[in-house]
Amino acid sequence: MGHHIIKFIIIKIIYMQNNLNELTTQVRRDILRMVHKVNSGHPGGSLGCAEFLVVLYNEIMNRKEGFEMDGYDEDIFFLSNGHISPVFYSVLARTGYFPVKELNTFRLLNSRLQGHPTTHEGLPGVRIASGSLGQGLSVAIGAAEAKKINNDSNLVYLLMGDGELQEGQNWEAIMYASAKKIDNLIATVDLNGKQIDGATDDVLPMGSIKEKFEAFGWDVLEVENGNNIDDISKGLLIAKSLCGNKKPICVLLKTMMGNGVDFMMHTHAWHGKAPNDEQLISALSQNKETLGDY
Amino acid sequence: MKEYTYTEKKDTRSGFGAGLAELGRKNPNVVALCADLIGSLKMNKFIEENPNRFFQVGIAEANMMGIAAGLTIGGKIPFTGTFANFSTGRVYDQIRQSIAYSGKNVKICASHAGVTLGEDGATHQILEDIGLMKMLPGMVVINPCDYNQTKAATIAIADYVGPVYLRFGRPAVPVFTPENQVFEIGKAIKLTEGSDVTIIATGHLVWEALEASKFLNKQGVSTEVINVHTIKPLDEKAIIKSVSKTGCVVTAEEHNFLGGLGESVARVLVKNKPVPQEFVATNDTFGESGTPAQLMDKYGINYKSIIELSLKVIKRKEE
Repeated sequence: MGHHIIKFIIIKIIYMQNNLNELTTQVRRDILRMVHKVNSGHPGGSLGCAEFLVVLYNEIMNRKEGFEMDGYDEDIFFLSNGHISPVFYSVLARTGYFPVKELNTFRLLNSRLQGHPTTHEGLPGVRIASGSLGQGLSVAIGAAEAKKINNDSNLVYLLMGDGELQEGQNWEAIMYASAKKIDNLIATVDLNGKQIDGATDDVLPMGSIKEKFEAFGWDVLEVENGNNIDDISKGLLIAKSLCGNKKPICVLLKTMMGNGVDFMMHTHAWHGKAPNDEQLISALSQNKETLGDY
Repeated sequence: MKEYTYTEKKDTRSGFGAGLAELGRKNPNVVALCADLIGSLKMNKFIEENPNRFFQVGIAEANMMGIAAGLTIGGKIPFTGTFANFSTGRVYDQIRQSIAYSGKNVKICASHAGVTLGEDGATHQILEDIGLMKMLPGMVVINPCDYNQTKAATIAIADYVGPVYLRFGRPAVPVFTPENQVFEIGKAIKLTEGSDVTIIATGHLVWEALEASKFLNKQGVSTEVINVHTIKPLDEKAIIKSVSKTGCVVTAEEHNFLGGLGESVARVLVKNKPVPQEFVATNDTFGESGTPAQLMDKYGINYKSIIELSLKVIKRKEE
């Protein structure tokens, strides 16, 4: 009997992961098509975080139907590195926050899908404007404090870039979070080692980000392959299990900028550049339609 | 002619502290944050009564603004407290993106505004904060004139949904407005009736305007003093109505003439009712160390300047 249950669970996990793989491929297509259409936007970091956001929204977060700004009695997510809006918008649309066809309006006049995410146009799923870097962690801490006051045991998730850690406000927030025992927050750093002007190690070497967070009193987890759905899932589940221990949690997600498109990987060149027609065809051929294009 | 008197002098920041304490008792959603200036902001009572609704962030104002924005997500009404300089210029982009553009219900409460902060000098005496804050879309800007009004304004902004900049100061100034007044955001208060000149003042300059008015009336000059405690949204109707009668105006504020109340009034008048205007304000300068009274005198922002410029602007009507 027990054997059958285990078998069933394994099959279910494999089934779900296949689904998530399909969803991730479709999200990659969305990202590529969105930035290509308006010849602007940030495909590199978006592609690098596709698996993470797909896993987070579909496997990890406790989400309610619909969207309420206050996020009572559910997990909430903030995107601090707002320039990777294409992946955020695609995942939000494909998990039901707004119609998938609206992805077609990305960066166009009168759109809810602004270049960088905002609450200003009322797009469901977005709780703060981001784009000017280094502000998301403070906001996430505030939301985590509100959950504590409200006796809401759900969690606050944050994604930030590694280059973004060069902003000083982060270190104010990192210091605060451990001092005030913000243990209902999981802050993930997209550790792709790249920023606009080049490798983070060339632009402004930050040394060991792990040791820095640890020195500031955080629990740090590393996900070695931040583009592997299984690894991300395992890492986030461990992170979740560590919550409530009077320490903030940092997940260092080692990702590949431009993941899934061969010519966009191993370079920082696609941080903020859209593919041309030819490049789009090549990129899409590497990511075949799975759930239907918008 | 109504004469205003006072029995005591109190600092407006204490009005903020008293208002915040009252809010703590009546509104469970009100929370407060401070960046290592609890005593200066008079937040002790609120903290003592609501320790679980207070967040000491240390000397980290950028983080404080972000945390305040986050607290609104979960239904809280955060009041941040620090000096005006550190409430605005230091954290402009945090306020712009995480609070104003994000439409968050944060109350930015700023003490020690202007030169009347005194001996600490120009590093701490911001004279640009009204301009910085009024330029942000959707930001309400309030500069009450005395203890009672600051207390009332503090209580009133909790019921308004949206970002607010509340500006007050350090020195003890005459308390002349009613205790337990109802504060209406955006509604100017006519303090005296007159026909020769309108004096539109905000913050600490309201009492100075009343002093000037007393003197001018004795000289046979009929002055109409209006307390514009809300710089944005501005009570345009009250301003137009008054200058339609008097035909000239002096604006008075503890702020640079660039970006302050005077410029907001000038815009309204140019569009609706062009009349001669003079500006009692600092003249595109930083402050310096000194006592509040010395500084107000040196920088031309007291009753003397209001008298001088009132007589000048009345003459300009005849040109």
